[in-house]
Amino acid sequence: MTWYWETNTNFLFHSNFFPILNPIKGGFCFLTPTTTASFQNKIKHLAIFDKISCMNNILVTKEVTKYFGKYTALDKVSLEIPKNSIYGLLGPNGAGKTTLLRIINQITYPDQGTVWFDGEPLKTEHIAMIGYLPEERGLYKSMKVGEQALYLARLKGLEKDEAKKRLAHWFERLEIGDWWNKKVQELSKGMAQKIQFIVTVLHRPKLLIFDEPFSGFDPINANLIKDEILNLRNEGTSIIFSTHRMESVEALCEYIALIHRSEKILDGKLSDIKKAYKNNTYRVRMAIENGPLFLEEVGVKFNMTNAGYDSVEKQVDFTVQLPSDDSGALLGYLSDKGKVSSFEETVPSADEIFIRTVQEKGIDA
Amino acid sequence: MRKLPLIIKREYLAKVRNKSFVVMTFLSPILMVALVVLVAYLTKLNDGDKRIIAILNESDYFTTDFHTTESVSYLRFFDVDLTTAKDSTAQMGYSGLLYIPKEANLEAVAKNAFFYSKEAPNTILLAKIESVFEERLRQRRLQEMGVSQKDFATIDTDFEMNIATFNGEQNLKHINEIKAAIGGAFGYLIMMFIIIYGGFVMRSVIEEKTSRIIEVIISSVKPFQLMLGKIIGTSLAGVTQFAIWIVSASLLLFVAMALFNIDAGTLTTGKTMMPDATGNLAPSLPGSNETLGLYAQEVLKIPLFTLVSFFLVYFVLGYLIYSSIYAAIGAAVDNETDTQQFIFPIIIPLVLAIYVGFFSVFNNPHGPIAVGFSLFPLTSPIVMLMRLPWGVGEGGVPIWQLITSIVFLVATFVGIVWLAAKIYRVGILMYGKKPSYKELFKWLRY
Repeated sequence: MTWYWETNTNFLFHSNFFPILNPIKGGFCFLTPTTTASFQNKIKHLAIFDKISCMNNILVTKEVTKYFGKYTALDKVSLEIPKNSIYGLLGPNGAGKTTLLRIINQITYPDQGTVWFDGEPLKTEHIAMIGYLPEERGLYKSMKVGEQALYLARLKGLEKDEAKKRLAHWFERLEIGDWWNKKVQELSKGMAQKIQFIVTVLHRPKLLIFDEPFSGFDPINANLIKDEILNLRNEGTSIIFSTHRMESVEALCEYIALIHRSEKILDGKLSDIKKAYKNNTYRVRMAIENGPLFLEEVGVKFNMTNAGYDSVEKQVDFTVQLPSDDSGALLGYLSDKGKVSSFEETVPSADEIFIRTVQEKGIDA
Repeated sequence: MRKLPLIIKREYLAKVRNKSFVVMTFLSPILMVALVVLVAYLTKLNDGDKRIIAILNESDYFTTDFHTTESVSYLRFFDVDLTTAKDSTAQMGYSGLLYIPKEANLEAVAKNAFFYSKEAPNTILLAKIESVFEERLRQRRLQEMGVSQKDFATIDTDFEMNIATFNGEQNLKHINEIKAAIGGAFGYLIMMFIIIYGGFVMRSVIEEKTSRIIEVIISSVKPFQLMLGKIIGTSLAGVTQFAIWIVSASLLLFVAMALFNIDAGTLTTGKTMMPDATGNLAPSLPGSNETLGLYAQEVLKIPLFTLVSFFLVYFVLGYLIYSSIYAAIGAAVDNETDTQQFIFPIIIPLVLAIYVGFFSVFNNPHGPIAVGFSLFPLTSPIVMLMRLPWGVGEGGVPIWQLITSIVFLVATFVGIVWLAAKIYRVGILMYGKKPSYKELFKWLRY
């Protein structure tokens, strides 16, 4: 028999308890008798269960693990996706991103771990609150556009009339109103993508998930869709982008998670991550008469890389890494020597952060 | 489950609106009837061609044996030699020349008779002529043995065993075959339906995979719902097609018969003229009205209601088992060419059921093989239906067998659908892999 403190305030659900003062955090907690095995179980449960986190985030995964035979496709992946944000799920092909998305969409189920949607454990009803555009996306070729959009909308639980009304709105908005009676096989790829986008967002989901969102889109359509996604975000929708082409969504994401070989190796607010990963590196461009000599001098004084000299424009550019974030000294020194035309702190791209994290963790990429 | 009707409706409409499906539905009966009419017409045409056989008879025998009939007329040569007779037969374009030489006795005459023709003669015609000779020879030999024609007629009689059940009801000789044929028709219907529409289900799954819509759909509905909806929708389309076929084919056939003035009898005579092979399947009904009445009675006694209701049970369960296997195969592959290795093993029990049915149930509807195969769930839908025309209970299928067979079938149905759904669930999301059986087995544990 073991005794432990339980900080769960919802004491009504406890059959045997007596309130005591919490010796660690203060306030009340409950001393609950239990066996060792169930004690460990409880501790584990408490450790991974944080109700507040589940409430503020649209989606929380806790130690989600998935096996395919002997292969581990996801290894204890825990994520917190804040409401009303754009979240980037980044990682190379085969890292496990799509498997995770399929678990969120209840296409497959985790072998271990839990998923929480909007403060509740994931359940069937949540399907209607999620919009998912998978990487492998298509339409029935021989079906008419309108009929098909209506069918897919009704599968998401929309009533026929409501679905028709919303479809009419979206068709007009994306200027495809006259396609209703066309067959899908008559459409170009770009046209089909617009339809796919519409049926993904039509049921006004709380969470939108795009797997490889812009692959296969032409630039015009990609921009159009990007704008529509940002619109939806501004209206309160949470969005997940999953891609191996990190640069394509980096500018849009507020939060990211890096997935590598079935594991989450890094997650958090993108600006925080960038701050943490920037290493006082500055990119400089300046006009100067005797370029090579100057570069030699800088090279002695500072840790300089990527230097170049343009003899026609009489211009040099180079990267300097400082030991601290005191950039003033460097800038002062440079201003004395010539005319600085550009001085910029280089922030690592998601790609670079990914590669560095992989290297630091000693995993071979 | 509110989504299931939606899926069924879509699958049904997708199928019945499909151009090739529409063409097949309306063209097949026309083609079928056209074929029947053509065969009947050709048979008639063939028979209408009257043959002329010349006879040069130098003997004293066979003077009155060859009678002109509807299809053959005989023409006699007198006082010419064989060469001239041959020449003129050829010249006149007759079908052949029968030469009966002058010999000392009938045996020698028969032995040395010849039939000359341009090409090898028609088998039926030759058989007719041969039978005339046989008859003559037999009579001759009987005479030599001192048996009179009249005495012989009393010996040579048809004999049929009287058969009856233990209760004293009269049994009919061919009734087993008739019953088995009726049951067989139902069984065959099930097999055809499974093969045609199971294939449709499979192709429909493959289409969803190749068009890459599958993941969009199963993010809204459960894979099992989609599979079930697909199977039900496709089979409803199949039932529609079958109904149209049966109604329009019988209408067309009726119209065509009237129009071309083809007697249904023409077709049956066409069949009986064929050598013995089909003799077993198409029993020549005994002539007397009394027996015919008994047959009618016996056929009417076939428990039609039982038969139809169990047909529905076996049809639904059997079809669901097989079509879910087809759906799983469709999910496992990327294109139709890869399906062969998986389809073969599921065709085997179907074909086996039909063969066992026709050979074993016909001979002994309640023998051990028939019983075994009507209990084994993959063959029972077909074999049990072949046994059911004998009724249920005494004299027919024992009730315990019927119940056991249905219990097995339901258990298999649950098991197979569960397995198929698992393979389906994993398979629909696998692209670009040509799976092996080993791989499929692994999927079951995902």
